[in-house]
Amino acid sequence: MTDLQRAFYDVLVIGAGGAGLRAAIEAAEQGARTAVVCKSLLGKAHTVMAEGGIAAAMGNVYPQDGWKVHFRDTMRGGKMLNHWRMAQLHAQEAPDRVRELEDWGALFDRTPEGLISQRDFGGHRFARLAHVGDRTGLELIRTLQQRTVALGIDVYMECTVTRLLRAHDGRMAGAFGYWRESGQFLALQAPAVVLATGGIGKSYKVTSNSWEYTGDGHSLALQAGASLVNMEFVQFHPTGMVWPPSVRGILVTESVRGDGGILKNSAGNRFMFDYIPDFFRKETAETEEEADRWYTDKTNNRRPPELLPRDEVARAINSEVKAGRGSPHGGVFLDIASRRSAEYVRKRLPSMYHQFKELAEVDITAEPMEVGPTCHYVMGGVEVDPDTESSVVPGLYAAGEVAGGMHGSNRLGGNSLSDLLVFGRRAGAAASAYARETDAAPLREDDLTDATREALAPFAREGGENPYTVQHDLQTCMNDLVGIIRTAAEVQQALDRIEELKIRAKALTVQGQRQYNPGWHLALDLPHMLRVSECIAKAALEREESRGGHTRDDFPGPDPEWAKINVICTADGEGIALKRQPLPVMPDELAAIFEEH
Amino acid sequence: MSYDARLRVWRGDASGGDLQDFTVQVNEGEVVLDIIHRLQATQTPDLAVRWNCKAGKCGSCSAEINGRPRLMCLTRMGTFGEEEVVTVTPMRAFPVIRDLVTDVSFNYEKAAQIPPFTPRQRDADGNHRMQQVDVERSQEFRKCIECFLCQDTCHVVRDHEENKPAFAGPRFLMRIAELEMHPLDGVDRRRLAQDHFGLGMCNITKCCSEVCPEGIHITDNALIPLKERVVDRKYDPLTWLGSKIGLRPKD
Ligand code: SF4
Ligand code: SF4
Ligand code: FES
Repeated sequence: MTDLQRAFYDVLVIGAGGAGLRAAIEAAEQGARTAVVCKSLLGKAHTVMAEGGIAAAMGNVYPQDGWKVHFRDTMRGGKMLNHWRMAQLHAQEAPDRVRELEDWGALFDRTPEGLISQRDFGGHRFARLAHVGDRTGLELIRTLQQRTVALGIDVYMECTVTRLLRAHDGRMAGAFGYWRESGQFLALQAPAVVLATGGIGKSYKVTSNSWEYTGDGHSLALQAGASLVNMEFVQFHPTGMVWPPSVRGILVTESVRGDGGILKNSAGNRFMFDYIPDFFRKETAETEEEADRWYTDKTNNRRPPELLPRDEVARAINSEVKAGRGSPHGGVFLDIASRRSAEYVRKRLPSMYHQFKELAEVDITAEPMEVGPTCHYVMGGVEVDPDTESSVVPGLYAAGEVAGGMHGSNRLGGNSLSDLLVFGRRAGAAASAYARETDAAPLREDDLTDATREALAPFAREGGENPYTVQHDLQTCMNDLVGIIRTAAEVQQALDRIEELKIRAKALTVQGQRQYNPGWHLALDLPHMLRVSECIAKAALEREESRGGHTRDDFPGPDPEWAKINVICTADGEGIALKRQPLPVMPDELAAIFEEH
Repeated sequence: MSYDARLRVWRGDASGGDLQDFTVQVNEGEVVLDIIHRLQATQTPDLAVRWNCKAGKCGSCSAEINGRPRLMCLTRMGTFGEEEVVTVTPMRAFPVIRDLVTDVSFNYEKAAQIPPFTPRQRDADGNHRMQQVDVERSQEFRKCIECFLCQDTCHVVRDHEENKPAFAGPRFLMRIAELEMHPLDGVDRRRLAQDHFGLGMCNITKCCSEVCPEGIHITDNALIPLKERVVDRKYDPLTWLGSKIGLRPKD
């Protein structure tokens, strides 16, 4: 293998979003030779799109807040399907993870006392999100990027991993990939590999996710022998842009509602009051007056229904539109203009103001926005040990969106950025400790030859179709048949289509040459997208109940038996095998929290 | 509502290339990046372009549209006449890799040369305390999405490759200003700004500020104040003495 670049590390991190960079920083600080590989330039990862903030019970605004309340909110938001230990570690450690960002240069908005300010978000009992206007993700990524550079960590930018490499005994040995810029291949040897590749949203037509979100990490993990948990749970963010068509799906931050925005249908009704589920009735306002008072007095009033967890709001919007009460372009109205001063809106939501002005020619300080659900986040992911983020494959770790368990069936807003930091750090620490004790395994030359052949295959074929058509058909299939509301018949239809798409993907042809060729890149991403789509569809068919980010029209309610079961996916030849696995049982002292609070 | 637009796109690589003409469908509300994507999906699957967020938040899709440095995802087709030919070329100040993708490693090298943020100690309770008014100056600069359009525009390097070693460009001079105004940072980078990063070469034409998609007042709020601080430092004997004996007072 002559044109193969090789390098050696202790810890190899795949992905340079929040989780990947935080993992790399920790590994490097602990003395591991560390490298990060990422598909885009450094600092462009999807984390920049996170707007609202980082959930952490620091108690800067409400001293009554603490990790137990955050833990409770997280578990309830996930309809109790979260791995209790992950939810516990997350709630306990998030405040320290936020504080250390300030030591690396982050500048959060302040309280009058000069502490980090915290804002309200759906499902969180207290104002808890550390933020910078509505561009918190950018602040997070830039801070971690600058720290990564200061530590001298090697970053392989615009480089895609196509395969994880294992030793003869099954443990991790490294990864194989290509430089997007030149099309040259590289093999990076490392005993410990951390997956931090984010999510799967590009398998859906309407999504807030960027091109990078093709489920690479989920798929690489499966191929390496790891398992995925709860892939049926996909979060549709209630508020994506709906118009103009070219921006459909782009995120409209939940902060609009946290800062006072309300949802209305075409009749002008604040419809969320009609959709309060029993599970949340005790903590949700009954009247508009109470809801409005809550923004300034949280002790004596309950939260507005617009701030119910995302799955509830997304389903409600979906129902309003279906019932013919939608906005002109098939969404509903999100109105902050009539509720807050223009100056307040521009100050609190500067990038939303900018986004609507530039992309939709809408002035959000003067008129309502049109919004509708958009595929945003996958709760399911690699099954990991909560304390170390280790998968079942020795030396393979996963953190951030690619890991599963933390969010149960539905993730609360703000819990993603904190998840990245808490579990990114833990994965980096565990990976570097493992690498210290473990010798690097040699790469198997036959694997490298095979990986090269596989990557070049689309050039060798002639007369096949263009990868963009296959991608488009997959996105339509997932959106229409495994979307926000599901039925057995439709999901089965999706699975049949996925089988056809798998065959078409094997026959693709790519034009041009290897240097920066997006058609070729997409051809190599497609098998990942198909594999994760199959996991989602299979798991969605298996779980015969409705819970969080999985709604079955044919099984409309939650089922107490399913509340005790996780659905696990593993690779099975070219397909996916499923099994049911009991949920880990929460210790009594944590269970007691649900009675106290 | 749809029409066929005439698009002229530069295609080629480091060894050369040319403008090629295409006719592409345009729908209501679409931006230039949509049209480039439609070209990829229907006519030129190997057309190279960078993008991520499609919402002006990541700074990936920088290019020159009718000669003006812009983000493709924030440039609406509606701003051009239906008859007008829209020309899309790669950023001129950076070497071309392929088509609309340029080699922006210059920027990452400059970023790595800036001495990193170095905070003061936390308060006894583990927190840092800062007032909102004090963080706002640096917060403005931290809105930067690193699109490098200002770097592409600045005449000091736009057609002067030879100035690149001695000039960090507006983005990174602004980064120095950001650290200089950061309430927690304790390093003095003023001499470096002048001697190593070429602050003196900036003659405050404000062209960088004009193209910034984030609307950051790069020249007025970062570069000019940084120049003033450099001057203060030069004439302040105490600062001079401090730097000689290893103390680093900041104002
Ligand atoms: S103000 Fe300075 S940095 Fe900005 S374009 Fe002019 S010379 Fe360049
Ligand atoms: S300062 Fe503005 S123009 Fe320059 S890189 Fe940052 S966002 Fe782009
Ligand atoms: S694609 Fe992110 S700024 Fe244009």
